[in-house]
Amino acid sequence: MTALWCDRCGERLAEGDHAACAAARRLEPPRFCPSCRRRMKVQVLPTGWTATCVEHGTTAS
Amino acid sequence: MPEILDRARTQVLEQGVGLDEAGVLDILRLSDDDLPAALQLAHEVRMKWCGPEVEVEGIVSLKTGGCPEDCHFCSQSGLFASPVRSVWLDIPSLVEAAKQTAATGATEFCIVAAVRGPDARLMKQMREGVAAIKAAVDIQVAASLGMLTQEQVDELVDMGVHRYNHNLETCRSFFPNVVSTHTWEERWETLTMVRASGMEVCCGGILGLGETIEQRAEFAAQLAALDPHEVPLNFLNPRPGTPLGDQPVVEARDALRAIAAFRLAMPRTILRYAGGREITLGDLGTRDGLLGGINAVIVGNYLTTLGRPADEDLALLDDLKMPVKALSATL
Repeated sequence: MTALWCDRCGERLAEGDHAACAAARRLEPPRFCPSCRRRMKVQVLPTGWTATCVEHGTTAS
Repeated sequence: MPEILDRARTQVLEQGVGLDEAGVLDILRLSDDDLPAALQLAHEVRMKWCGPEVEVEGIVSLKTGGCPEDCHFCSQSGLFASPVRSVWLDIPSLVEAAKQTAATGATEFCIVAAVRGPDARLMKQMREGVAAIKAAVDIQVAASLGMLTQEQVDELVDMGVHRYNHNLETCRSFFPNVVSTHTWEERWETLTMVRASGMEVCCGGILGLGETIEQRAEFAAQLAALDPHEVPLNFLNPRPGTPLGDQPVVEARDALRAIAAFRLAMPRTILRYAGGREITLGDLGTRDGLLGGINAVIVGNYLTTLGRPADEDLALLDDLKMPVKALSATL
């Protein structure tokens, strides 16, 4: 799947600078589905995380 | 040597009596040149009155997001345009999280829910979850579920929850700037009930919410008056979509001054590194804090953000020759 959307801020990856988002993501799980921009259900666990998009399924750390 | 450090050496180190609000403020106002001496003294106080052990804890969110309260720092409030969605953790995943935490050598596992206070569904989930953890994992269970009724306090004691976290977050005079949906006094009432129940009281807060240095000292004094078993010290990690999303992070040296000051206000408490240290202090600052009064850490991830890998913190403790507190020492 092609990532169209920033998984941190939810804006188009092709527009604007997402370097700050990428830096912040080192200490944050994703919040937006990179394929459809839906807000994902995210569960942070002590040693990882899971993020679920209702359309595109679950990803995990 | 500033007079306050001489006074603290006599009063806090030798006699075990914490500094009052004015003394804490003097520490918070020390120059950068005097900061190493303050940290060294705070470390000596911690070693004398608490010992070399470090208490290691893991935390997990049982119910994330959708909170009706408006704590301005929190991405889990349902009142802000935060990207955090509401989600519940199931019991098998909760037990697995406790196992992961225990595998790090941690003795504490804190179950947290983003709520004003627990409803019947959450209390049922807690009852089942705590029982399942106790059946499968050798670890102490703590909880943080917001404001409680006396009946809920009694239920948690009955479940075997040994420590309850309820942060005052900031000083009484600044609290209305941070939360409008409940009061500082309501939080204090829950803490009073928890104390009376026999559960250990865990109460701290967040620095960098916009409070003044004077209010930081006020907060330390109010915590000292509460005399909690544990004080988790967070540094604001500004969250997108929250009213404090653009707040600047606390300067590392101010954070270290606060660590020393809070230790000198509360010589015997468990002073725990909690959220935000990765951003405010980084690796070097984390080390400085552990040599400046901190004697407990949250390892691994937080509730909605990620922390340093647990093995990095454990390696640091090993490097500093600070043993992880054993479970037997907490019982």
